[in-house]
Order: sequence, then structure tokens, then C-alpha cells
Amino acid sequence: MANFKRKDLVKQGAIWAFIVAELIFFSIAGEFLSVSEKAFMDFDNMLLLLKQSAPIGIIAVGMTIIMVNGNIDLSVGATFALAAIVLLDSMTWPFMQAMGNWAIPLAWLFALATGVILGAINGLIVWKTGVDAFIVTLGSMLGYRGLVFIYNGEQPTSHLNWTLVDFAEAQFLGLHTATWFLLGVVLLCWLLMTRTVHGRNAYAIGNNREAAVNAGIRVGPHFLWNFMLIGFLAALSAVVFYSESGSVNPNDGMLYELWAITAVVLGGTKLSGGYGSIISTLGGVIAIQLLRKGLGHIGADTETVNLVIGLILIAVLFLDRQLNRKGKEELRT
Amino acid sequence: MSTQTPALRLEGIVKTFPGVRALDGVSFSVMPGEVHALMGENGAGKSTLMKVLGGIYQPDEGQIFIAEDATVMSSPLQAKSKGVVFIHQELSLADELSVAENIYLGELPRKSLGRVDWEKLYAQTDDILKTLNVGFNARTKVGDLSIANQQMVEIARALTVEPRAVIFDEPTASLTDAEKVVLFEVIADLQSRDVGVIYISHRMEEIFKITDRISVLRDGQYRGTLNTKETNEEEVTQLMIGRKLDLSRNEMTHSLGPVALEVRNLSCGKLFENVSFTVREGEVVGFYGLVGAGRTEIAETIFGLREPSGGEILLDGEGVTVHSPADAIARGISLVPEDRKGQGLVLGMNCRDNMTLPQVDDMTAGPFVSDGAEIAIFDQYRDKLDIRTPGWRQMVGNLSGGNQQKIVIGKWLSMHPKVLIVDEPTRGIDVGSKSEIHNLIRELAAQGYAVIVISSEMPEVLHVSDRIVAMYAGKVTREFTAAEVTEDGLIQAISGL
Repeated sequence: MANFKRKDLVKQGAIWAFIVAELIFFSIAGEFLSVSEKAFMDFDNMLLLLKQSAPIGIIAVGMTIIMVNGNIDLSVGATFALAAIVLLDSMTWPFMQAMGNWAIPLAWLFALATGVILGAINGLIVWKTGVDAFIVTLGSMLGYRGLVFIYNGEQPTSHLNWTLVDFAEAQFLGLHTATWFLLGVVLLCWLLMTRTVHGRNAYAIGNNREAAVNAGIRVGPHFLWNFMLIGFLAALSAVVFYSESGSVNPNDGMLYELWAITAVVLGGTKLSGGYGSIISTLGGVIAIQLLRKGLGHIGADTETVNLVIGLILIAVLFLDRQLNRKGKEELRT
Repeated sequence: MSTQTPALRLEGIVKTFPGVRALDGVSFSVMPGEVHALMGENGAGKSTLMKVLGGIYQPDEGQIFIAEDATVMSSPLQAKSKGVVFIHQELSLADELSVAENIYLGELPRKSLGRVDWEKLYAQTDDILKTLNVGFNARTKVGDLSIANQQMVEIARALTVEPRAVIFDEPTASLTDAEKVVLFEVIADLQSRDVGVIYISHRMEEIFKITDRISVLRDGQYRGTLNTKETNEEEVTQLMIGRKLDLSRNEMTHSLGPVALEVRNLSCGKLFENVSFTVREGEVVGFYGLVGAGRTEIAETIFGLREPSGGEILLDGEGVTVHSPADAIARGISLVPEDRKGQGLVLGMNCRDNMTLPQVDDMTAGPFVSDGAEIAIFDQYRDKLDIRTPGWRQMVGNLSGGNQQKIVIGKWLSMHPKVLIVDEPTRGIDVGSKSEIHNLIRELAAQGYAVIVISSEMPEVLHVSDRIVAMYAGKVTREFTAAEVTEDGLIQAISGL
């Protein structure tokens, strides 16, 4: 691709340097503070970390595409929960139960279709009304969550299928099923964004929408495809996660949109669009999961973890702003 | 030439906007292989005409013919597919993408599965870049290029199709001399391929160097076409401004006070360097230059919006450091900014609130803003500046451009400044209101304000200024008094000749 400049290298390497720093810090701190016998960098622990990264990670990849496009999607957490309910509940329907294990792929299909449809609704509204994606998906976040509650009230929706659990808990070449899905999604979306016309147009639209329109790129349909894609990925994330757990609470997936956005931003994607990378988002997802696990490892509670992640996010954005300043010629604000 | 069919012909084009007849029956044609200059003052309708041609605006009346086929230009994309290519003055590029991706934006070559054919893309782009003889390649990120090189990328876009007509809108505004030579070669090449070229520029030397014919617009009307070889600058100027070179200089009618503002060797990075000038009380100093010459940036630096990298600012002979606009206002400097709607006014707020905005913090009665004090200030400046509005409740967005500008001026006068900087005072204001604003500026000077007027319109600078500072590429090239200034001298000074 384009000639790499030092600044770009710094920007794209930063998240990985941060991960290495986290690993070193928690390994050393773990020696003194940890309650556990195991070392932090224990191989199984790292494999588990990747697996636990998968639900947010798969969504964050979709969020990267949406944000490169210059949009945002706040409804992914609710889409995640609704797809999970469809997945588990559909397997209890009589005709599905009659199908035995053939019900599994069909249930997956139902769940994924749910995600695509919810995404398409977002995309159509953004395209046809021209309302900002933030507002549209804020509305659909509430609306889709409402559907989740309508489906089964405050009750959890449960269904355990042992074949499904076995599949989800399988390890192929050492990696868990969920990890394979995460890596597969990262690879495909990376190819999409760097190698295809659709992906390159996404960058162009996010970078300078007017120029893209002037060049004849059809921005509305482009948005629609990407919202369908993130809906699909949110549902895929649910499918991967709930195949194993077998029970959905109506509040599941809440704040997932914010965790996904946090990971994307940590990975260096611009909120205003036009710049970002799928691979760096993977780095952002891993960095957050490392922080959670690492702080837990040295005995911090959840509240502290959230506080630290919040502070780090702000610090990262401040650093990014400083790096991107054009120097003294810039207008004072 | 008359036996040929024109590459492009416009007939009786009318385009009205609320309150303005921007184009009033304009007819115009360009022959294959001809370079046709389109000239006119700012606001004469050139850009509107080109936007109609480029499919961005739809005309209210009139028709467009391509090779004598009546055509409706419904979108920029359609215009391009008909072979009409528009090279924008403002850059329309995605700066995070590579040069190649920008040149082929919207029409990237594809392989199977929607993949980009990078090899073909880079090869085709490098071919185009070779003809332009530029120092970057297809893979360079556009954001890493200088503005001039970005302009070359914009020009390269015209060469991806087989065009019938190419419109260049002030293409040389940010080009160096060497790059201009390349651009003129590109235009000559287009000419030899029987493409019609429409060339919009204010620079007479270029016009006389490369064009075959010159058409002039004034106030939205077509004023005639001249053969470049048979005419001269005077004749063109006369058509453009509608009178013989009587540029109605300002004649000083009052005596000047002491020096109010002095600037010594002021620099701000590469934006402008070593700028020195003085403004006396009761004097209007005009700053004239091309867009990008650094005039607005000087004003912004004096007003505390930018940090100078060197030099001094003296107010009443005393050296001052202005840290922020608030600081500048407290010291008696006010800036009426260039972009009235974006920087000068809050369009959704009423007249009174806009006018009292900078001082509303001090106009309180107890914890609340004092209505009475605010209305008193509004009334005072409405009468003083003759602002025509139904009342103070009127939204500023509903006023005419001239009255909006008066609100901005009133806002700053109510802060009792010593130095008033007015950037492009009549941009987007109709002809009648223009002279009203000009007279107002003269009156303010007569009342003892030190006034700086930044303008890209020569008649305006000549009309209001006691002295004129000419700038080129961030440097002051010459200073003229109203008595000694000539149009030629000014043009030379701002073109870096």
C-alpha cells in the first residue's frame, strides 16, 4: 500500500507496544501481588484471554468498519441480546426439536438473519432519512432492547444443547472455537477493508464525504451494506457466545457497544472517520481484555478496572491529539 | 472556427436564488481545441455558471448543448460521463488515501469478488503522473503532499477520461511557477486533442498567455466575448467592472491621527514572514493579495487567534502580547471575520443577542442578563449603522447579507475598539449594499478608528483605502498610497513579479 511514514508506523505500532508493556507489568506485578499460584503469562491463561476477547472483538471489528465510514452503531449490544434469544428460543420450537441436531444450523441461521435485519433497519433509516447514525442507533438501541424484554419479560431464555456446547468448547490446534471465529472475522474484514473496492470506498466516504459524492460513490447503499455487516457480526458474536452458555438474560450485551467503541478507539481509528485498521482494533480488544484480566490477577475489583480503563482511554486520545497537532501555526481554540 | 460545432454551448441560462438573480440569460460556447477564458468580478456569476454546467445546480431556464445535442446535466457524475470534467478550486480529495485512489475515486479498477486491481490502478496512475511530470508517485498519501501537489492530483483526475470539455476554476491559485508551466503544457495537450477548455482566472498575464477568447460576466449577465489577440487588459477590465478604468480612488478628506497599530517583522511559521506596517487613527489600510497570500492569517495573529513565531505588535507605541481574542478585545482590537455566517454570526439567534454577544457577561442585573441594556445597545447601533430589520427579535439568518454584515460591525463597534480589522467586508453581498458598506468603512475612519480592510476585490481596495499593502506568498511586496497606486502596479505586486 501507500509508502509508510514514521508517523504511521508509530501510530499502528502503538497499540502492540502497549500490549507488550501490559504483559511485562502484570507479569512482574503478579509476582508480588497475585493471589494465584500461576504466572500471568501462563499459556492456558493467554488462550483463555483470546477466547474471552471474542464476543466484544467480533463486534469491534464491525464497529471499525462503521466508524471508518464516519458513522457509529450504538445498537449492537441490543442486537447481540436479541440474536441470542432467537438462537436459544428457536431450538425449543416443536418443529425444530423434531429435527434433532439439524436444528442447530437452522437456529444459527435464524439468529444471524435477525442481526442482518436489525442492521438493515438501521442502515435504511440512516440512508433514507439522512439522520445522523448516532441518533438513529441510539433510538434503535432502546427499541431493540425493548424487543428483548417483550420476548420474554424479565425472565432469562435458556436452552442447552450438548452437541452445541461440545462444539463451542472444542479446541482446534489449541485455540478455542470462539477464538477461531474472532481470527476468521478479523482476517476477512481486513481483506475487505484493504483489498476491495467496497473497503477503499469506505475510507474515502469517511475521510471526505463530499469528495466521495462528487466522485459518484453511492454513499447511502454503502452505509446500508456496512450496517447489515455489523448486525451480522453482532449476531455472530451472540451465536458463538451463547452456543456455550445456553442462557440469555434480557440485560445481556448492555454496554457492549461502548466496550467495542473503546477498543476501536484504542486501536487508533478516528471517531470522525476515514482512518483506522481492523488489525489495530484487534490490538485494542486484546489490550482491554489484558487490562481486565491483569488487574483481576493482581487483586483489583471490577470498579477499579473500569476506572483504570476509562483513564487510559482519555490518556490515549490526548496523546493522539498531541501527536497530530500541526505545530504552532495552528489556530488556538 | 465558426463552421465547427462547439464542444459545449450554453444558451439563455437563468438561475435564481432567493433574493438574487445569479445568472440572467447567459449564453456561452467553447469550441473543440479552444481555451476560453471566463472572467468577471467575484460574485459576477462565474462559479454559479460552472456549477450549472457541472451538474451541481439545475438551471431555471435555458439549455446546455454538448456537440449540439441538448443535454440535461443532472449530477456531477453524469456530467463527467458526458465528458465534462470540473477541476475544483477548493480541493475535493480524501487525504488519508493514496494519490491513485483519489484520482480514480468512485471508479477504482476491479478484479473478481470486488477486489481492487492495485497493479492496474498504480500503472494507470503512474502513466498519468508521468505526463504531469510531478515529484510524487501513485502510492503517496495525499495528506503528505503540499497544497500545490494536491492541486496537481485534482488536475490529474481530468485525465482519467476522454474529456470533451474541461473546466479549470482558478487552477493556478496555489501553484508555483514551475508547476504552472506543467499545467499550461497539460492545457496545450488537451487543446491538441480537440478538447474545449474553460479557464477561470483573475490573472490577466495567464489569460493573455494561454487563451484564445475571453468571455466576461458582470452581475449575472453576459457582457460579451473578445478575441484575446485583438484586445488588451484595459478593454477586458472595462467589460468586467462596467466602467472605464475609473477606479474611483479614495480621496482623503480628513487628517490622520497618531499611529494606533504598528506591526514589526511579524511572522507566523510559513504562513507569513517579516510583515511590517502601521495604521494611523482615522486611516484605512487595505490589504490586497491572492487567496492564500497570508492576509487573513495576519489578522488572526493580531487578534490573538494564532501565536506569532516572531516580531512585535505595538498598540499606541507600546509593545503588547496578545494571547487570545479576549485579550485582543480588551486592548481595543476587533476583527470582523471573513466568513460572516460561519465565524461572525450565530444565525439562529436574534439581532440583539448577536450584537451583544461579546459583552453579555457584563450586562447583568443581579443574576440575570439585563434586557434593557441589551436593547439599548441594539437600538444605538441600528440607528448608527442604518440596519434594516423589522425588530431586534428578527433571526439574523433572515436578514440580507449587507444587514448581516452591519450587525457584525455593530457588534464590534459596541466594544469601542481602536483598531477595527474587516476581512472581506462585502463577500456575498449584492452590489447595492456593497457601496453602503464601503461608505460605512470610510465614515468609521473619519470618526477616528484605525481600520484594516482585507479584500480580494481590487475596486473595493482602491475605493476604501488610504494606503494599500500588497502581499504575495506570505510577504509584503509593496505599499502604495491611494494617490500613487495603479492597477498594473497592484497586479504585479500581488503576483510576485
